Amino acid sequence: MSFGPHLFLATLEGLVTSAVLALMALGLSLVFGVMRVVNVAHGEFYMLGAVLAWWVASLVSGHPAIGFLLALVISPLIVGAIALVAERLVLKRLNYDPEATIVATIGLLYIIQQLALTFYGPQARPVEAPFNYRVLFPWFGYSGYKLSIIAASVLVLLITWFVLARTRIGLVMRATQYDRETAQAFGIPVGRVYAGVFALGAMLAAIAAVLIVPISQAHYLMGLDPLLLSFIVVIIGGLGSLRGTVVAALLIGVSDGIISAFFSPTLAKIVATLAVAMVLVFRPQGLVGTQSR
Amino acid sequence: MSGATQKIVLLHVGVIAALFALGFLLPEYHHGVLARVMVLAIFAMGYNLLFGYTGLLSLGHAMFFSAGLYGAGLVIYHLGWNAAAGFAAGLAAGAALALVIGLLALRTTGVAFMIVTMMFAQVFYLLTFYFSEWTHGDDGLVLEGAARRLAGLDLSDPMTRYMAALALFAVVLFATLGIVRSTHGRVLVAIRENEARTKMLGYDTFANKLAATVVSGVICAAAGAAYALLFGYVGSTFAGVQYSILPLLWVLLGGAATTLGPFLGTLFMYYAVDVTSSYTSAYMLVVGAALILLVLYFPKGVLGSVRQRWVRWLP
Amino acid sequence: MTTLLQTHALTKDFGGLHAVKHVDFSLEAGEIRAIIGPNGAGKTSFVSLVCGRIEPTSGSIVFDGQDITRMPAHRRVRLGIAYTFQITSVYANLSAYDNVALAAQRTLADGRGHGRLHGLTMEVLARTGLADRAGRPAGSLSYGHQRLLEVAMGLALKPRLLILDEPTQGLSDGEIDGFMEMVREIAADATVLLIEHNMDVVMGLARRITVMEAGTILAEGTPAEIRASEAVQRAYLGTEAA
Repeated sequence: MSFGPHLFLATLEGLVTSAVLALMALGLSLVFGVMRVVNVAHGEFYMLGAVLAWWVASLVSGHPAIGFLLALVISPLIVGAIALVAERLVLKRLNYDPEATIVATIGLLYIIQQLALTFYGPQARPVEAPFNYRVLFPWFGYSGYKLSIIAASVLVLLITWFVLARTRIGLVMRATQYDRETAQAFGIPVGRVYAGVFALGAMLAAIAAVLIVPISQAHYLMGLDPLLLSFIVVIIGGLGSLRGTVVAALLIGVSDGIISAFFSPTLAKIVATLAVAMVLVFRPQGLVGTQSR
Repeated sequence: MSGATQKIVLLHVGVIAALFALGFLLPEYHHGVLARVMVLAIFAMGYNLLFGYTGLLSLGHAMFFSAGLYGAGLVIYHLGWNAAAGFAAGLAAGAALALVIGLLALRTTGVAFMIVTMMFAQVFYLLTFYFSEWTHGDDGLVLEGAARRLAGLDLSDPMTRYMAALALFAVVLFATLGIVRSTHGRVLVAIRENEARTKMLGYDTFANKLAATVVSGVICAAAGAAYALLFGYVGSTFAGVQYSILPLLWVLLGGAATTLGPFLGTLFMYYAVDVTSSYTSAYMLVVGAALILLVLYFPKGVLGSVRQRWVRWLP
Repeated sequence: MTTLLQTHALTKDFGGLHAVKHVDFSLEAGEIRAIIGPNGAGKTSFVSLVCGRIEPTSGSIVFDGQDITRMPAHRRVRLGIAYTFQITSVYANLSAYDNVALAAQRTLADGRGHGRLHGLTMEVLARTGLADRAGRPAGSLSYGHQRLLEVAMGLALKPRLLILDEPTQGLSDGEIDGFMEMVREIAADATVLLIEHNMDVVMGLARRITVMEAGTILAEGTPAEIRASEAVQRAYLGTEAA
């Protein structure tokens, strides 16, 4: 395959990465934006989403699409519930102190990872894709399912944007993000908003995982790499900014796909991580986002 | 020497003396464990200086430990340097890295500082794989016994190893004691408590924080270099994020901003994992649960609580 | 009388908010000067610019003949400018003694004072009436005593210019009288720049008053002149004057 088509293929791969990354980073970004805390266990919610998707799919026989769709609904709900419990039991008791929360979520990371290892095991297991349609480009065939991931992600992003920008729930979330005390003074149940946002963030990560698991397997260690990439996206895009997150996810995902295809994946990660650390050092508000209050 | 200072010095000398005695009394298995714990406790003490006393929570200290580890390991393995030179190389690497990282990372605070340090450490970790031609990545380097001789003594011999670890541990323990009781140490605490106020009292808080970062980095590098020399293995795992989280756990458990807390925390956690490992392989669960419980109910850790309730003069 | 502090066209914009607008200000050595004005007049922003807590958008600051516009705050403190925070900012978890000792330590290191740390610290604590509370954690002191501790820390720096930002806020009448006595003593060795809302304190202490409004200086003069000024009455004393 010559350079042009190779680049196109790498770009498509990058777009798939971006699609999944955008959802996961959005979850992280929302949690930071509204609650002002960093959830280091976010990658584990992602992993749980994938593992639970495998479990649900394994319970259902018949056409793989049934198992998959069931997983797409059930897995995020379970992960959201777990996140809710963690929020109520731990985060709330810490009063959302930023440093204590990070330490606690690190603890949560270890617990969830260990539970996955114990009950799911160290193996990587695949989930069957709901359909197997190959889209035929002039130079190569490409998985139709992968393209549908992009579409699904766009759909979820649009729904999230709509909820944030146009509904009352979204307004309540944005008010709490902007000024917690005033929001409370207006009778907004900040505690419940926080619980809801934390659960929502986890669910977005789980959805991302369910989407990706048919093409990459579910493994108990799969949460760390996407977590770091999500950090990178959120920092570059500006914490709490939806538009910034999407733009950054596109940037990171596509360039990661291209660099990985033409150079070594390790080098890609090194460059990306270093670049982002520098951004954070010199421009704490990210490249796109506005200075957080 | 005032009464309080006398008590403090006696306490620390007592701890060293007790460890010295244990060197002759402990059975073989625990002997080796304690040697390892002492070296890791040095790592924890370096971390404590920045986290406990200055209030800067870094999630990237694995890179300083590894700078010492690889600094010593690489020159010994590839260049044939002797142990003393290797140790010095490890220290130099740690100091240089800490200076650069400090100049960059100290421009941020709070959560951003945590993330930035974590990212720099991640870059370091990835570099150990990228240059696996020299580092052998995950497999790591095994240092031959012949290279691990210091002043005619064989460092791989259990007793020599134990005493060498104890010697370094004693030096670092008294060094940190000296630092925290000095003017500079009080300024670090002031920065932790209220940085804006400290600036307005005329202190250059950036310079103070940078100095603390470099000292912390050197101490952690000393631990890393010692680990390479005493246990003969240099590998990528030590640069991984787990080794940035463990010192945080050890310090929190033992008591942040206490001189003896880091050692206590390292000792306790090592044995806790050891004991649970014999029943179940779920040691990560122990670590995770410990972190959560500590931060929820015992943020001051063991010695921190002891100091608050009973022994006010504990440094 | 020598000029200790001068600002030229000092300006500070916060995004769209013009907090301090081209202020020309001059302070003689040995004065007790009060800055008064309605809330939002820019008083705290102005003194924050002087002591270096915030950076000016434009303009310059000269202290004792030296241009300090770009100098970081901690170096200005070493030159002799001390600031007590408007919102009490002591080391709550440290004892009152340790609070003052941190300031005294700096003074001795810079050579601005003589003697030993303990002596200097206790001297300042005695002067502010906090000597018998020296061992208590600063956070457990009453609000009024925490304000005094702020002043004590400022004193321990042996400054040439002591800036007090609303120091009597929250103090009882008795405490205020004691405070005013203390300021008169301090003024023997240092120049005092005082932001205050309490008019009795202002009229009783200040030799000259600067009135600020909306980021600029509205009027300057002796207490009598200010009291008589119609412009000031309109802007500040407002509805009460009628």
